Amino acid sequence: MAKKMHDTPNLDQLEDGPWPSFVTGLKDLAKDKDYVVDLLGQLEESYKTRKGYWKGGTVGVYGYGGGVIPRFTELKNEDGTPKFKDAAEFHTLRIMPPPGMHYDTGTLRQFCDLWEKHGSGLIAFHGQSGDIMFQGATTDNVQKAFDELNEMGFDLGGAGPAVRTSMSCVGAARCEQSCYDEAKTHRAVLNTFLDDIHRPSLPYKFKFKFSGCPNDCMNSVQRADMAVIGTWRDNIRTDEALAKKWFVKHGMDELVNDIVARCPTKTFQVKELSKIKGGEHISTVAVNDTHGIEINNQDCVRCMHCVNVMTGALAPGKDKGATVLVGGKSHLKIGGLMGTVVIPFIKLDTDEGVEQLVDFAQRTIEFFAENALEHERTGEMIERIGLTNFLDAMEIDVDPSMVNSPRMNPYVRTDGWDDEVAKINAKKQAA
Amino acid sequence: MNQAVQAAAPAQKRKPKETGVPDNKKFLHPALVKNYGDWKYHDRPRPGVLHHVAHGGDEVWSVRAGTQRQMDVHTIRKLCDIADNFAEGRVRFTIRSNIEFIVSDAAKVDPLIAELEKSGFPVGGTGNSVSMIAHTQGWLHCDIPGTDASGVVKALMDELYDEFKREEMPNRVHLSTSCCEINCGGQADIAIIVQHTKPPVINHDLVANVCERPTVVARCPVAAIRPAMVNGKPSLEIDETKCMCCGACYPPCPPMQINDPENSKLAIWVGGKNSNARGKPTFMKMVASGLPNNAPRWPEVAEVVKNIIAVYKADARPWERLADWIDRIGWPRFFEKTGLPFTKYLIDDWRGSRANLNASTHIRF
Repeated sequence: MAKKMHDTPNLDQLEDGPWPSFVTGLKDLAKDKDYVVDLLGQLEESYKTRKGYWKGGTVGVYGYGGGVIPRFTELKNEDGTPKFKDAAEFHTLRIMPPPGMHYDTGTLRQFCDLWEKHGSGLIAFHGQSGDIMFQGATTDNVQKAFDELNEMGFDLGGAGPAVRTSMSCVGAARCEQSCYDEAKTHRAVLNTFLDDIHRPSLPYKFKFKFSGCPNDCMNSVQRADMAVIGTWRDNIRTDEALAKKWFVKHGMDELVNDIVARCPTKTFQVKELSKIKGGEHISTVAVNDTHGIEINNQDCVRCMHCVNVMTGALAPGKDKGATVLVGGKSHLKIGGLMGTVVIPFIKLDTDEGVEQLVDFAQRTIEFFAENALEHERTGEMIERIGLTNFLDAMEIDVDPSMVNSPRMNPYVRTDGWDDEVAKINAKKQAA
Repeated sequence: MNQAVQAAAPAQKRKPKETGVPDNKKFLHPALVKNYGDWKYHDRPRPGVLHHVAHGGDEVWSVRAGTQRQMDVHTIRKLCDIADNFAEGRVRFTIRSNIEFIVSDAAKVDPLIAELEKSGFPVGGTGNSVSMIAHTQGWLHCDIPGTDASGVVKALMDELYDEFKREEMPNRVHLSTSCCEINCGGQADIAIIVQHTKPPVINHDLVANVCERPTVVARCPVAAIRPAMVNGKPSLEIDETKCMCCGACYPPCPPMQINDPENSKLAIWVGGKNSNARGKPTFMKMVASGLPNNAPRWPEVAEVVKNIIAVYKADARPWERLADWIDRIGWPRFFEKTGLPFTKYLIDDWRGSRANLNASTHIRF
């Protein structure tokens, strides 16, 4: 039995309504924990004054430099003592989840037991970087909680100027659109950088994210310094039975208005069966006895729309891999940036392919560590030095897939033009 | 770690096992292990349920339910009980903090849904629904929040509850909230982000002791901060005519308080999408600002968001994401239909902004 609850008239209003309430959950915890009674007290004060009252500090676990988010209360009495003394320290452990965020109930129950013992009992599945966030422990208990989590086979994630915890989609485990083994690649890349995750010493944060197809369910293009997005090079696969089944349910209006009209490159066409052409780069499938679909895959940008709408009837090809984009980030400091294509296609279905990606990631982070300014993200660094300088350092040849269009202004010194052409021609001949 | 440091460590300290990202294979449902990388297609028998079929004929049903994300251990144990008693003991979480229960028998779906609903977890969030809001930390745990996160999300999801459980939108609707302009909530079809409207208030007594001044100066996107002596102490001063109130100086220098109960407002952004489907990924655009930070239920924000959702639902064609819909109808019509005022603050003047101006006679009348 914990101490008496503080009045929380504002928070009480968040117990109304049909959506599950975190306030009700906190109150359940507060029945046994003075810690959470005072947490609710401070949170109610924030609701009243519309101000936050946590400040950072330095708390960690032995052997690591990051992964714990320290929080000390700033809500003090006049004599400097905390107004809510039992919640004066409320640190969070960031723990890296399994790829795809799969769990068995035994593991979740173990999490609950140890966090009830050492922490507040509040766990977030998951934070915006993908961590399991064990929220609320005193400085003394951080190490104890970590030791138990670590013995279970879990490890701290990133915080500060470090390689951060990564996320990958459900992927090959349960999705027909998956174009590579996201979980395997995620682990191969991240586990190469454990030192950079646990001991922050980069110019700023560096995030990897892994999405199995261009639907990019991990939001990697604008949230990751390096986004690995699955794609394929050969023809869209077709299944006539499923195509006909789809057509019976949806009909010609939907086929024309929802797919043909929405194909970004207009390569998806509906034709009478007798007019459909075959060919090396053409995918075709009948939808009924008179009409069928014809897709010229050379004009397809792998946007996923038709594959999403007619799942199974249309499917990604067999020559699968990924596109790697570098430099995505949110607003600070120069504004939001999307990732830029740096590797248009990489095969990831062999150990060698994954090793190539790991090698590229290592060289990118090495370059970032040496060349970025303090608090500068990879995308900002590339904006400052220009993409070609980055590509040069990475020993990657330029490719028109990296740009929306060639340069639109003449302000460039081109006296190396002939040499570049000679190099390109020499490479072509050697290939 | 070198030997000297190890030797110097107190005996009771345990050395971490630097194991990194755990293998997910042991957590996967057995049917997912068996058919790993071999799925053929999926459909949705009803909102909240995904049905996946493997090339070999195996089937799994995933039942998706909303959670409060910030979960107490009692709630997690309740979800585990449901997983053990009504599913097959395996769950996963989505990027939007929904939980998925995976079963290999269609007969288990309805009892599982009934138990989840009975226990207060709404089943939905699939297909063309309004999904759970991407969530930040807010007053509960962040050190620089302008507003709460869990509370805003709870208040809004109460309002959007039915749209979460149905699949009646033209396409999926992703929402996010962010409790400062750093925008940890990320890009979304509709996003709610704090927008400060006044420069930070500096406590000059604390700056010298708390802030690394060159770092703070370097952090300002518009070079509005410079070192200064104030009342005989080294401090910082702000050129208030340059300052655009982003709050970037506050994290490295908390004495530069940017949060303000009255003048920290909320803005609404629309049309962000990460997917490459149809068009390329898009950044979201600001369409409203000046909304009060009105805890505990933020009714003014909810009203604007619900209105945008309602107009989009009524007006967009099938498969048009919010950005696709606006591409078709145009921005003037978006403001007309939603009744939102188009003010001068919505014309971009940041770097690269000329690309956002209309350099054509493409105008809808």
